[in-house]
Amino acid sequence: MVAMNYEPDAAGQESYILCADCGTVISSANGAGLCVGCLRNTVDITEGIPKEATLNFCRGCERFLSPPQTWVTAQPESRELLAICLKKIARPLMKVRLIDASFIWTEPHSRRIKIKVTIQKEVLANTVLQQTFELLLVVHTGQCPQCTRLAAKNTWKASVQVRQKVTHKRTFLWLEQLILKHNAHKDTININEKRDGLDFFYAERNNAIKMVEFLAGVVPVRSKASEQLISSDTHSNTSNYKFTYSVEIVPVCKDDLVCLPKNQARAWGNISPLTICSRVGNTVHLLDPMTLQQTDVTAPVYWRQPFDSLATVTDLVEFIVLDVEPSGPVRGKYVLADAQVTRSSSSNNNADDDGMGDDGIFHTRTHLGGILQPGDTVLGYHLTNANFNNDAFESFDQDRIPDVILVKKTYPNRRKKSKPRNWKLRSIAKEAEDVTEGSNTLGRGALGRKGGVDQRNVERDYELFLRDLEEDKEMRAAVNLYKANQPQPEDDEDGDVGMDTGESTKKSGSGMKGGKRRTGGAGGSANGGAMQVDEDMGEGTDADDEEEEDFPEIDINELLEHFEEMDMEDAAEEIQ
Amino acid sequence: MAVRTQFENSTDIGVFSKLTNAYCLTALASSTNFYSVFESELSDVIPIVHTTIGGTRIVGRLTAGNRHGLLVPSTTTDQELQHLRNSLPPSVAIQRIEERLSALGNVIACNDYVALVHPDIDRETEEIIADTLKVEVFRQTVASNVLVGSYCALSNQGGLVHPKTSRSELDELSSLLQVPLVAGTVNRGSEVIGAGLVVNDWCAFTGLDTTATEISVIEATFRLQGQTSAAVINEMRDSLIDHYA
Repeated sequence: MVAMNYEPDAAGQESYILCADCGTVISSANGAGLCVGCLRNTVDITEGIPKEATLNFCRGCERFLSPPQTWVTAQPESRELLAICLKKIARPLMKVRLIDASFIWTEPHSRRIKIKVTIQKEVLANTVLQQTFELLLVVHTGQCPQCTRLAAKNTWKASVQVRQKVTHKRTFLWLEQLILKHNAHKDTININEKRDGLDFFYAERNNAIKMVEFLAGVVPVRSKASEQLISSDTHSNTSNYKFTYSVEIVPVCKDDLVCLPKNQARAWGNISPLTICSRVGNTVHLLDPMTLQQTDVTAPVYWRQPFDSLATVTDLVEFIVLDVEPSGPVRGKYVLADAQVTRSSSSNNNADDDGMGDDGIFHTRTHLGGILQPGDTVLGYHLTNANFNNDAFESFDQDRIPDVILVKKTYPNRRKKSKPRNWKLRSIAKEAEDVTEGSNTLGRGALGRKGGVDQRNVERDYELFLRDLEEDKEMRAAVNLYKANQPQPEDDEDGDVGMDTGESTKKSGSGMKGGKRRTGGAGGSANGGAMQVDEDMGEGTDADDEEEEDFPEIDINELLEHFEEMDMEDAAEEIQ
Repeated sequence: MAVRTQFENSTDIGVFSKLTNAYCLTALASSTNFYSVFESELSDVIPIVHTTIGGTRIVGRLTAGNRHGLLVPSTTTDQELQHLRNSLPPSVAIQRIEERLSALGNVIACNDYVALVHPDIDRETEEIIADTLKVEVFRQTVASNVLVGSYCALSNQGGLVHPKTSRSELDELSSLLQVPLVAGTVNRGSEVIGAGLVVNDWCAFTGLDTTATEISVIEATFRLQGQTSAAVINEMRDSLIDHYA
């Protein structure tokens, strides 16, 4: 016999009791005094959680309804589908702790989805029960609202018709860039080009309203809403409408010549009726170039008494500046100056033809005193030989009409060189179009896709628009410019591109041909102010080709990294 | 013999009654159902007394007693004391105690020989308990609960204690009490033994929720089975006690 000392150990400390229900031996650590089985029998923690639910599935687009009203694409047995299924019992699940959920395989044609859900809940003090149950979801097939509308050939619910009754498309090109910058076309389902404008189509009314508000924020507009009854249900008192918003943009554009009616001019700070439109934001800015007086015309004010532009950008003619003499007043970037100009000989008209007895030299006042130098080329309206059919203009005192109104400086020599731009713009429609169309896309973005004359006009307007962007820093700030990946030309004999990237200074004859540099020697370092005859121009149309020293180059820092989807795809293919 | 009963829809019958080998106290209820259960079991053996203590009905929790005596708290009125004196047998000593822990039923657990008391009870009270009830007094806890009266039920045959009482503590308590002890529950898993169960040497009353398993544990522990099947029961009890004690 071996005497054994009793030593209470950890195991001995534990006491055992009988389960109150079934009498099996259990540890008393369980506060309920019941064994797990009996506890589970008495308490059902899945009580109140539905074991069966329905899932809505659209046959057309094969998406599931994720309550309340979004439709989501979800693969069978995917996380997304599990999320949708659990959402069905989300409210009762709030009261318990979700531990695990997984799919139980079911035959897809059975249209049943089974999910095994494990939950935990504290039932008595310090007693947490874990329980697993099956959730059966019956897949109900049907149509989502989009597919219903598609089936009824009724794809859009609201449209925005944007119109501007002018002959060019520059406003729309500008608008396209603004829309891209602010991502305002996010919910647009279609864009159609119409005469004098664009139609935007939306699946929801509020998207269209948002677009109208966006447009009202960036351009002066007048908008009108109308609705068309599609169907109505007398039982539920609901009806289905299509909404159309007509948005008309003020037909006065930047650099247009405007002659205001006399009473209106008097009302707006007694400005001279003959003004030019200096800028169009969400108001129209009118500037009197003779006095530098400015006025803002908001859209409601404009539409109360609309006026039209007297002459537009297409009526501008080139002048050469002979002399500029600032006369004192300065207002912002505008400097009032007296200028002597003559018609540029490069234009088709000869000075003699329209001389009307004068010597072809015109004296005028201009607001461009700050940027004009003798010898510069400038665009302006030639009013002496213009014939306008406008009541306000006719009632205007003829003696006060200047011969010439200068509008903006131009850089004809630089433009001729067709130097590729180091930046480019995105476009709404190109993104939407097929990649295969890619390079030979008709027109520009959403515009000019009809081809023909319209397309040519759009190409011309697009070039003018790009020039405007280059010359106007404020305008540039409102849009996104992207770095163009420049093609490196193999025939590098003229070194044009190489110089462009090699020499960062914008002067130093950046447009000059390499051949000229080699032959001219000192010509390479000649400053831009010197008159240089470019011998390599070949065509020889302009002997007096000169460098414009203040040609606006766009700083590379202003440009955004280019990230079109096409490029990204190319990169991905290369990696593969 | 263990009987299930309830007091006005409450299963905590130990709160409303006090049972000893010499007498039984029950609370005044709106009906006599509760009283009748006790009467049917005990009427021809011991007196059953309807009473209040200090105007309350929780007589079981406010009093402590055994066959030798009854301790009542200081809140007991003279009329109540007089009523008790008139109702109880003359061999039972009645003593009113000036004690801060006035719920004497909660702080004292006793049979006819030994009493376990709350560790913080007064020394004078301890002496009065020993003198009145003629017991040995031990300051103890049950499963680290100081309210020993709430968490155990004792008779001269055995005792049922809080289910979480560890085995070493069970050993210690049963060596003090010199009766076998079992950890268990009443009222379907309730650990408040004193509230769910009143017991003397031949009879027990439990709450209505008490399950058959619990009844069988109680009957085995307190040796309440009839003499007819004594052999079988004794064997079962012995094995149980060996297993759980």
